[in-house]
Amino acid sequence: MSLVEVSDLSISFGDVRAVDGLSFSLEAGGALGVVGESGSGKSASAYALLGLHRGTGAKVSGSIRVAGVDVSAADDAELRALRGAKAAMVFQDPLSSLDPYYAVGDQIAEVYRVHNRASRRAARARAVEVLDRVGIPDAARRSRSRPHEFSGGMRQRALIAMALACEPQLLIADEPTTALDVTVQAQILDLLHDLRRETGMGLLLVTHDVGVAAESVDEVLVMQSGRAVERGPVGEVLVAPREPYTKALLSAVPRVTEPRVPSDTAADDGEVLVEADGVRQVFGRGKSALAAVDGVSLTVRRGETLGVVGESGSGKTTLGRMLVGLLEPTEGRLTRDARVQMVFQDPVSSLNPRRSIGESVADPLRASGQRDGAAIRARVRDLLARVGLDPDSYDRYPHEFSGGQRQRVGIARALAAEPELIVCDEAVSALDVTTQAQVTALLAELQRELGLALVFIAHDLAVVRQVSDRVAVMRQGRIVEEGEVDQVYGDPQDPYTKQLLAAVPALDPALAAVRRAARKELAAA
Amino acid sequence: MKWFLLRRLGGALFVLLALSVVVYAAFYVAPGNVAQIACGPRCSPAQVAQVSEQLHLGDPLYTQYWHFLQGLFAGRDYSTGTGVLHCQAPCLGLSYQSDQQVTELILAKLPATASLAVGAFVLWMLLGVGTGLLSVWRRGRLTERVLTWITLAGMATPVFVIGLLLIIVLVTALQILPFPDYVPLTEDPEQWAWNLLLPWISLALVSAAPYARMTRASMMETLAEDHVRTFRAYGVGERALVGRHALRGALAPVIALGALDIGSMFGGAVLTESLFGIPGVGRELVDAVKHVDLPVVVGLVLVTGFFVVLANAVADILQAMADRRVVLA
Repeated sequence: MSLVEVSDLSISFGDVRAVDGLSFSLEAGGALGVVGESGSGKSASAYALLGLHRGTGAKVSGSIRVAGVDVSAADDAELRALRGAKAAMVFQDPLSSLDPYYAVGDQIAEVYRVHNRASRRAARARAVEVLDRVGIPDAARRSRSRPHEFSGGMRQRALIAMALACEPQLLIADEPTTALDVTVQAQILDLLHDLRRETGMGLLLVTHDVGVAAESVDEVLVMQSGRAVERGPVGEVLVAPREPYTKALLSAVPRVTEPRVPSDTAADDGEVLVEADGVRQVFGRGKSALAAVDGVSLTVRRGETLGVVGESGSGKTTLGRMLVGLLEPTEGRLTRDARVQMVFQDPVSSLNPRRSIGESVADPLRASGQRDGAAIRARVRDLLARVGLDPDSYDRYPHEFSGGQRQRVGIARALAAEPELIVCDEAVSALDVTTQAQVTALLAELQRELGLALVFIAHDLAVVRQVSDRVAVMRQGRIVEEGEVDQVYGDPQDPYTKQLLAAVPALDPALAAVRRAARKELAAA
Repeated sequence: MKWFLLRRLGGALFVLLALSVVVYAAFYVAPGNVAQIACGPRCSPAQVAQVSEQLHLGDPLYTQYWHFLQGLFAGRDYSTGTGVLHCQAPCLGLSYQSDQQVTELILAKLPATASLAVGAFVLWMLLGVGTGLLSVWRRGRLTERVLTWITLAGMATPVFVIGLLLIIVLVTALQILPFPDYVPLTEDPEQWAWNLLLPWISLALVSAAPYARMTRASMMETLAEDHVRTFRAYGVGERALVGRHALRGALAPVIALGALDIGSMFGGAVLTESLFGIPGVGRELVDAVKHVDLPVVVGLVLVTGFFVVLANAVADILQAMADRRVVLA
């Protein structure tokens, strides 16, 4: 009998059918990746495996068997016995997924005691044992820490330790590395890989990131709008997809290994728009002072794209804010000879939900002193058309738009002030890959037509490679390496750049295995 | 943690000082002849001048405030025309009406008010949090809707309506409880509690409603949080989810509100005290305001402020002990 057997699963939230007639199975010890864009129903399906939709108002139909338990027919006690003991789940955001009030070790011990007759001491010992297994250094001592005292990667390890505590037959991981930096992501994926080999447990990995799936599973199931589009061995589906949707999805994924198409707008002799010379930005005072940006020098020329990559906390956003003038550098010189605008990361929260998108786009026009209502409206309509939106959507509100469309609104708003330089701070990171590709294409097109310079700040190395002429790699407030994009990606000089590039998941599973070995070597060195 | 405590208490002290300046300014600097008020309406101009001299009203304002502060921390002397009256620290001045020390006046009334406030506080917290939890437990069912209506009604009903109803039912009709007649705790604890039961219940009934609603809202929020979902996904039972993982976070705002309420209640629950004839601070305040007895009014406002600030600091420290992230913020 299979470890997981799902047939004809449908899940509806109110009128929305999130999952529509999904069937799949997973053999004991196997690893299945469920891949899809946001809204494809992949997480909802994973939750259904543990009966987590119960009591939420979601309608679930079809049959689900997990480790011999008929999830749809099981009573509450049977479900609780399944959860954590036979099938355990690892969630996306490791900070909010642990209880802030209790020590990490106590939380794991609590779960252990739910499923095993064990004394508090024994449960606590088990917690330390699994924490040690997932690579928490000095596990006995750190088990007494609370989640906020852990780094993001350690929190995710702790959550995986919780999952391991009762030796489940199945591990369900819902976007387990999405909130993590790329080097940490690689460590977590390697950990999952090792654990699976060691314990023989099955893995169901839900992810939007095709590369993450390629690194970790034997088979993939591609989902779109609640249905399974394609399923097969990971080597076949990702290398030679059969379905048009899978093909489109894969072609939209930016690849870190492919050189970009060179742009024709960048020129070495272009006029310098912004020049930073040894800029620092220090937050806090005295002992708690932290230099978020610690002596950065760079120039941005007309028409070029400068990519800035770095992990969280590297100071890239702070640098972007200084370039735009939202922050004054605490030290150093910053010359700005151009109109600069910014496009922000989160297209949901960077637009006022109570104002129509037309009003939002008109803000910079009004701020620059325009008063003629009809002229403003005409200009906003032009701008909306320019970024590929319906000009008649002036009076509609942000919630009526998809994430990609909202980001287009953000770009239109930046364009309204006729900038010569746009700083895009993680402008596409919240978007699905197909939307991401559309938005980066739009930016490239605007750059070509308007001669814009772009500073493209992102944590995603592949996206940066695809859009940038030059790239700067940031770490702890400093630029560790800067140069022509193909130079830096093709022949990195700095050890940190090498480490970053080695951590990016490969799309080809065969290559992924090679790179996994390379990472081990790099870590051992 | 040590630094947090110091910072928190330092902050509390600063608030109290600021409050004293504001209150002092508001009452003594406000228009109206203080000496005339202090002396009484039938005083001759000569007598008023004498009073003004005694109270140092001719001094610059900051000197007057300085004397006031000195009185608070070191005590001060008042000349009464015939002799000198020493007012011990913490000295809040002398009552215009009785020439008694304000501190003594307040201390005499405080036990009754404290008895009322603390007892009612315990009752309304139990009642409010309990009702809130019950409506979370029975969410989506009839019980929840009924409880929502009851708490809404509770919020809309003044204490004198509930108190009168309770008197009519429990004292007059059923004769279960005596009509309250305050007995100090030190005299007879049993009689103390028995007599205060009715005021406690009345005050608790009207005060519990916001707590029930807040507990419910805050609990629903925490139950939807990711970490609660984690433990649900690991087979932890509903009771442990609510009791261990949701309650602790959900109670934080409830405790903060409780600290504000109990603090201000030490300044007197005027309506309840009047209704049940409890000789507390609230009645003293009404009396002092009626007779424009400024030192008493100022003293009472400061004492109330002191308890509010104290209760808030205690709540914050409790919160920091429960959630160490607070210390970092």
